[in-house]
Amino acid sequence: MATSSFPWLSRSLAVLRKDLRIEFRTRYAYSALLMFAITTLVTVSFSVGGFMSGPEMTDIAAALLWIILFFSAMAGLSRTFVQEEESGTVIALKMAAEPEPVYIGKYLFNVVLLFSLTVLVVPLFVVMLNLSVVLVGGFLATVFLGAMGLAGASTILAAIVAKAGAKGSLMTVLSFPILLPLMLGAISATRTALGGGPPGAINADLLMLFFYNGVALAASLLLFEYVWNE
Amino acid sequence: MTWQIILGIWMSGVVIASFVYMPATQGLGEMGRIIVYHVPAAWIAVLAYLMAMVNSIHYLRKREIRYDRQAQINAELGTVFCILATFTGAIWSRGAWGAYWNWDPRQTSIAVLLMIYAAYFVLRSAISDSDMRARLSAVYAVLAFLTVPFLVFIVPRVYYSLHPDLELVNLVERSFEMDRQMLVVFLASVAGVSGLYLWLYNIQKRLENLFYKKALRRRF
Repeated sequence: MATSSFPWLSRSLAVLRKDLRIEFRTRYAYSALLMFAITTLVTVSFSVGGFMSGPEMTDIAAALLWIILFFSAMAGLSRTFVQEEESGTVIALKMAAEPEPVYIGKYLFNVVLLFSLTVLVVPLFVVMLNLSVVLVGGFLATVFLGAMGLAGASTILAAIVAKAGAKGSLMTVLSFPILLPLMLGAISATRTALGGGPPGAINADLLMLFFYNGVALAASLLLFEYVWNE
Repeated sequence: MTWQIILGIWMSGVVIASFVYMPATQGLGEMGRIIVYHVPAAWIAVLAYLMAMVNSIHYLRKREIRYDRQAQINAELGTVFCILATFTGAIWSRGAWGAYWNWDPRQTSIAVLLMIYAAYFVLRSAISDSDMRARLSAVYAVLAFLTVPFLVFIVPRVYYSLHPDLELVNLVERSFEMDRQMLVVFLASVAGVSGLYLWLYNIQKRLENLFYKKALRRRF
């Protein structure tokens, strides 16, 4: 693998493959994510599903969707690093690769995890709340960029939480303020995509989501080394 | 000691001038006087958070624990001034917009800013090992500060805000006699509050250094 012209890429993919294999064997993180998402989705649909009519409907639905996705992500995404610390494989991974490929591999794993969650939860959400998606392309782009951003910012926070001793609620506390600009943009874009407000307004939100992704990824890549190495 | 006395007289002068010497502003009326307190507080909050980030980067580079202490002090002072800016902003909002809090993008962003640094203090309290705490909280401080531009500059531009940012720019551009009086008081206030920040920072730094030395002595 060292002969590859992109050593980082092949090593990152190796980390991703390893994590996917572990996840496929235990299915712990995905089950946690999915069960959390389904539970909140059913609760939301059961309690407010009957009242989802009128002009404010899009605002409420957009906020609920991102609350569900955010808290499900928090339930599962810290797993990637906590599991390494618990099983004592951290040292082996440190010897096997530089910090950056480890970060990229873990980030890609979290992206895959969140994408496989959103393909199940978002259609279910639309169906269970009887929503009509006006801007389909915009909606898909919002969910795509939003899930990427959730994974991008929370991967390095997961590493911090794992080092800090994986204290239960720390992940949610740390990531909420950092992810809030992303959430605000995503909620606003989702509202537009569901038909609340002029369709042109979605562009500014999508641009903001895009730049948030870029900043989160670049900053995490630069800072990860300091979290990872003792 | 002389500096503190000068600062005390200076700030008293600013407070008196803001009500007596300074005229009511054109757009905002009597409520405009709060500009003398609100804007310097917000400015110092951003400055202190910036210094917290700079010290965090220094810590990550050089691994000297004093940078961690300086980052912590700056984050604390930034939070104090941020709370002051939030409160003065809410009072002004009551007068100008009719409610203390109405989730204007500017209010949203300052609330999130407070939450970010609250999370920073939670993280610090969660780790007992001092080197680990310094390292992880430094990373978090840098990450957190990178979201500040989104909150302070981008969010209020993308989402329509009623916050009168242009009022200050106009002040510099139109140089009427009335505005010049206001500008003098405003700049005096910025200088005074900056001095206050430096003083508080200095006291806190000396105090933390003493605590650190005491802890070292106890260990050996």
